[in-house]
Amino acid sequence: MKFVKYGSIVLITFVIIAGLAIPLSSSPQSWFQFPVIPALEQKARNIFFHVPVAWTTVVAFLVSLFYGYRYLRTRDITYDIKSVSSAGLGLMFCVLATITGALWAKFNWGSFWNWDPRETSIFILLLIYGAYFALRSALESEEKRATLSAVYSIVAGITVPFFIFVMPRIMAGLHPGAKGDPEGAGPVVQFDMTPNMLVVFLLSLLGFTLLYVWLLNIRVRMAKLEYERSIQHS
Amino acid sequence: MSALSSTYALIRKDIQSELRTRYALNALLMFVVTTVATILFALRSDQPTPTVLSGMYWVVIFFTAMSGLSRIFVSEEERGTTMTLQLVASPSVVYFGKLLFNVVLTLSLTVAVTLLYMIVFSTSFTIQTPSIFIVTVLLGSLGFASAATIIAAIVAKANTRGTLYPVLSFPVLIVLLMTVMAATAKALDGEPFEAALGDFQILLGYILAMTGGSYLLFDYVWKD
Repeated sequence: MKFVKYGSIVLITFVIIAGLAIPLSSSPQSWFQFPVIPALEQKARNIFFHVPVAWTTVVAFLVSLFYGYRYLRTRDITYDIKSVSSAGLGLMFCVLATITGALWAKFNWGSFWNWDPRETSIFILLLIYGAYFALRSALESEEKRATLSAVYSIVAGITVPFFIFVMPRIMAGLHPGAKGDPEGAGPVVQFDMTPNMLVVFLLSLLGFTLLYVWLLNIRVRMAKLEYERSIQHS
Repeated sequence: MSALSSTYALIRKDIQSELRTRYALNALLMFVVTTVATILFALRSDQPTPTVLSGMYWVVIFFTAMSGLSRIFVSEEERGTTMTLQLVASPSVVYFGKLLFNVVLTLSLTVAVTLLYMIVFSTSFTIQTPSIFIVTVLLGSLGFASAATIIAAIVAKANTRGTLYPVLSFPVLIVLLMTVMAATAKALDGEPFEAALGDFQILLGYILAMTGGSYLLFDYVWKD
C-alpha cells in the first residue's frame, strides 16, 4: 500500500505540474513543448484530468460489479463491503468526470450539456449509482441489501455495453469516436498525441487508478471496522 | 408436472386472479387515460411533430408500466403467498411465468395506448410504415417486460416499493426507450422497413441479454 499511496501522490503532482506548465508551441521542437491542437489550444490540457477521472469511474463500477458477483457466489459479507465502497468512490469520480466534462464542453462546444452519446452515458451511470444507493437504503436486512444490490448492479451492468458500443454509433456526437467523426466511429478513441503528451496522459491514468486503489483500501478498512462495531453493539 | 405445463399453470393462475380483482388492469387503463388527457390539455390545439408524438407515446407507456408491472411480485408478497410459490414451483418456472404475464400486460397496454392515440391525435399520429410500428411495439413490449420483471422481483423485497420502482427501472430501460422512440419516429415519418433494421438488432440484443441475465440472477432474488 505504501507504493500505491506515494505512487499516486507523486504521479498526480507530476501530472498537475507538467500538464499545466509545459508551454504550447505550434512547431514543438523538444520534449518540454506540447503541440497546439487547433480549436482546443490551452483547453487541451483538460485531457490529462477529464479522461483519467472518467476511466476511474468505469474501473470503480467494474470492481463493484465484480465484488457483487463474488458476494453472490460466496455470501461473504466482506465482498459486499468492498462492492459498496467501490461504488461510493465510483459515484465520486463520476461526479468529477461530469463536472470536468461539462466545463470543457462549455468552453469548447458552447454549452454545459449537449446530450452527446458520451454525455448521455455518464448521465446514465450517475443514475445507476443513484438508484443503487436508493435501493440499499430501502433494504433493512443486511443479507438482502447485499444480495439485491449485487443483483441490481449486474442487471444495470448488462446495459452498459449498449451505451458504450452501440449508442455512439447511432447518435451523432461531439466526442471523438462518435458517428460522423472523420477518423471513424468506435468505442476506442484514437489519440493523436505527441509522445510527451502521451507519457503525461498515461502517467495520469496510472496516478488516478492508484489514487482509487488507495482510497478504496481506506474505505474498506473503515467500513469493516464499522461493521464489526455494529455487530458488537447488537 | 413438466416445466412447460407448470409455467402455463402459473400464468393461468395470475390471469385468473387478475381478472377477479382487475386491480392492475383498471389502474393501468385509468393511468393511460389520465396521462393522455394531461398531454392534450398541455397541447391545446397545437399539432405536435412525429418526433414529439413518438416520444410521448413511450413516455405514457413507461410511466404506466411503472405503475403496474411491479404488482406481479408485490401482490405475492402482500398476500403472503411467496413461500407457497417457492415450494410448488422452481425459480425458472416462476421467472418465465411472471415474465410472460408481464409481456401480455405490456402488450395490452400498448394496444390501448395506440388506439387512444389514433382517436385523439387522428390527424398527426398516422403510421406511415405499419411494419416498422408493429415490430417496434412487439420487441419494445418484450424488452420492457424483460427488464421490468427482474426489477419488480428486486423491488418486492424492499420497503418503499412504489417510489423505488421507476427509479431503479429508468437507468436500465433508457437504452430501450431511446431505441424504440427512434424506431417509432421512423414509422411515423414513413421511412422504409430497412431503415429500422439497426434499431431492431439493438432491441433483439437487449431482450436476449436482459432475459438471459435475469434468468441467471433470479435465483438469488427469489430465494430468501
